[in-house]
Amino acid sequence: MQKCQKCPNPATLHVTELLGANQYEELHLCEQCASKYLYEPQPKFGAAKGAVEGREDEGVFAQHECPSCGIKFVDFRNSGRLGCPNDYQTFREELLPLLENIHGEVRHCGKVPRRHPQSKEMETELIQLRNRLKHAVTKEDYEEAAKLRDLIKHKEEA
Amino acid sequence: MNLDSLTQSNGEWLRGSGPEADIVISSRIRLARNLSSFPFSSRASTHQKAEIEQMLKDRLVKLEAESRLDYLPLPALTALDRQLLVERQLISRELANADGPRGVAVANQETVSVMVNEEDHLRLQAMRSGFALDEAWTDIDRLDDLLEERINYAFSEEFGYLTACPTNVGTGMRSSVMLHLPALVLTKQIEKVFRALQKINLAVRGLYGEGSRASGDFYQISNQVTLGKSEATILTEIREVIPQIISYERQARSTLTRESRQALHDRVNRAIGTLRSATMMTSEETMDLLSSVRLGVNMGLLEDTISIPTVNELFLQTQPAHLQKLMGASLDGEERNSARARYLRNRLREAGPNLN
Repeated sequence: MQKCQKCPNPATLHVTELLGANQYEELHLCEQCASKYLYEPQPKFGAAKGAVEGREDEGVFAQHECPSCGIKFVDFRNSGRLGCPNDYQTFREELLPLLENIHGEVRHCGKVPRRHPQSKEMETELIQLRNRLKHAVTKEDYEEAAKLRDLIKHKEEA
Repeated sequence: MNLDSLTQSNGEWLRGSGPEADIVISSRIRLARNLSSFPFSSRASTHQKAEIEQMLKDRLVKLEAESRLDYLPLPALTALDRQLLVERQLISRELANADGPRGVAVANQETVSVMVNEEDHLRLQAMRSGFALDEAWTDIDRLDDLLEERINYAFSEEFGYLTACPTNVGTGMRSSVMLHLPALVLTKQIEKVFRALQKINLAVRGLYGEGSRASGDFYQISNQVTLGKSEATILTEIREVIPQIISYERQARSTLTRESRQALHDRVNRAIGTLRSATMMTSEETMDLLSSVRLGVNMGLLEDTISIPTVNELFLQTQPAHLQKLMGASLDGEERNSARARYLRNRLREAGPNLN
């Protein structure tokens, strides 16, 4: 049986990382090293991981932007604060190892709001609309701002 | 709510009663909550913050809770009044010093306060005198339910209540118990207790929370983990560890009585003597001396009739903003030290029987 590339245990997982056109890298890992490799971003494998998810490198990875509030993951890393609730979805993969580190767990267990929450799509859309409204006000485009305000009101009351 | 009237009383957390009140000062639980369709406070524009504030304020003042909430917009308050609210632990230092639309809703007896537009849109807080986490939880849970009837919270099945900082995500709950541990400090065992607490993921902080010094031998013990454990589990973990710390403190007190009764007696009497006669007194020195007096009262080492609620009151009234409110004037550092010493002299002369 083939040995894991990172420790003496037998390799049970075989990963083929696509690095670009006609370029690939094969990895043979035991279960433990594989889960470490898959869930903890490591600088050495950063490039390969990015390629798998269709991103080019760590730099681009950090430039990944939330469509709702517009913050990049690098902004979060610098400030320690997320921009909006939707960031937990947008940066989910990046946040998981961090949450594991802080809490030792990655899944909520506890109180749940009694009422059924608004649908995720609606929440995301509202944050986006509010973001556009903010820009319209900054640009002093009051006609656009008024339209957006009505739209937000309409969606909220629906 | 009239802020000047606040200085006449102790508020809930320094009431000096409740279970184990000689060692446990207060129990506190806070919940972090956010609105689902707005960016978090740090990314929200002034307009958005005003909109958030308006929406939350309307909801807060109309709540059908047992105790009515009064809303105080912070930009309308003077720096002194904001500091007063910090000293009473009704708001955080961050909220006091932030910019833009923000505020706090406070219940009459100061058992509940709700910060708006802090790091999270909502920070709900329940406080109780003594060791009373369950009662605090009942209050805060109910308030949370009432708010949630009309507000869409940012919540995901996977990560729970979503917060601006991932260290609070999940339950969004920080439950803490404030302890007065002078004997563990005197016997140099306090570090050992801290290390044991850190091993089980509990945090230890000073009187005014994050980064503050543990002046007056006050320590806050709170949970670090908010994700993957239910509220009940978190509360149980704290509830179970506090009696152990209380018993360590009691053991340390008996050790002091057994092995250095004279030195302890001397320490307590010097403390009250200094407080009764000094003409300049810094806030730090006051905290240290009052801590010794508090220990002396609890161990029956003082002949005076001074009570624990009175000592608690002096801890609060000698804080800079409270002192200036009492004196009815804004005072610089030097003037404060002199006013503080005068105030302490008067209060402690009233309390002591043997004046000669």
